[in-house]
Amino acid sequence: MTMTKELMGILLTAILTENFLLSKFLGICPFLGVSKKLNTATGMSMAVIFVMLLSTAVTYPINKFILVPSGLAYLQTIVFILVIAALVQLVEIVLKKYIPSLYSALGIYLPLITTNCAVLGVVILNVDNGYNFAYSMINTLGAGLGFLVAMVMFAGVRERLESCDVPKFLQGLPITLVAASLTSISFLGFTGIVDGIFD
Amino acid sequence: MADKKPLVKEFTKGLIAENPVLRLVLGTCPTLAVSTSVMGALGMGAAASIVLICSNIVISALRKIIPGKVRIPAYIVIIASFVTIVQMLVKAFVPEIDESLGVYLPLIVVNCIILGRAEAFAGKNSVIASAFDGMGMGVGFTAALLAMAFIRELIGTGAINGTQIFPADFSMLIFILPPGGFFVFGMLIAVANKLAEKKGKPKAELHGCESCPMAASCSLINSGESCDVKEATVK
Repeated sequence: MTMTKELMGILLTAILTENFLLSKFLGICPFLGVSKKLNTATGMSMAVIFVMLLSTAVTYPINKFILVPSGLAYLQTIVFILVIAALVQLVEIVLKKYIPSLYSALGIYLPLITTNCAVLGVVILNVDNGYNFAYSMINTLGAGLGFLVAMVMFAGVRERLESCDVPKFLQGLPITLVAASLTSISFLGFTGIVDGIFD
Repeated sequence: MADKKPLVKEFTKGLIAENPVLRLVLGTCPTLAVSTSVMGALGMGAAASIVLICSNIVISALRKIIPGKVRIPAYIVIIASFVTIVQMLVKAFVPEIDESLGVYLPLIVVNCIILGRAEAFAGKNSVIASAFDGMGMGVGFTAALLAMAFIRELIGTGAINGTQIFPADFSMLIFILPPGGFFVFGMLIAVANKLAEKKGKPKAELHGCESCPMAASCSLINSGESCDVKEATVK
């Protein structure tokens, strides 16, 4: 029972209070870059969730059974980024060959994800927090879902922004950032909510 | 050809004209995340600059040996090695900086400024020019981070690095919270745009795809599907 409770806590914290995009600032490039249309925002987020879960599932055993027992924990950064890069390439090839429908939906976003700090970030955070496999996967799922929620919300905001009369000096990137700031304020409202639910 | 350019120019272009944060809009994640305090910004700037200079030098020295097809993985390995070295040094000698930077220290690996410079400059230019380019970009990154951290820490807490400038009662906490980061960054870009406009230079835009290190392998460019920020601002 406590385990389920803790897992729910981790999941909700990762989605709401510690949102990757809006409070940890991981993965800002796609947040600003591919959030103009709702369908691209959703596609990108799905690809991020997919790669995040896969990376966690692969890097966790590597870290636990190879790096830590051999006293090579300091190589984590190098190993993780290489594993993620190789994994993304592999996934792209496999999807292209065997599941073309999924490839056409997610494939175009995959190369962008290799150097996305959200993926490496979640893997490193799982290790830093000392999560076991189940906790790591749940935390990763939460981070990914949080990414999706923020992207979709922000895509909605940006679609509205299109038809607005923006002062000249704010046009373009500055107003996008101000909009992101306001979206982020809405997430501040979730502060403390997770502790509140489970107390 | 670029080798003929005076080295000073390679250095100074990174400061203002091609400031990585405010003009090229690279490395936004660390910029927003660690600019809550001046000390954190300084630590991040220094760490990223060291990695940038070292990786630029090594990549440029190896540019004729690394085969074109595997250059991105090769660059990533070189950058990750330097990040690991810096990470260990920071942990050993300035643990308080390590604590304030947290996960963002290892994430220097995926900082687009470093991979971007490797791809755009160090892979094509001489070792010395690349070193100066790295220094300029590093100082430019640090300066932009410091500017943001100064504004956020001053307005957010009323103090700079522990020295109270105005009473904390008048501070606006939201500036050191995440929304303040986005807001101050937006305002700084607006100011940089205004200054650039006076000199007849184009506005800062999200780097879209041209400067993205993954550009070569990215099919978004070919499909014209995304990288939409650019067309939106040009319009």
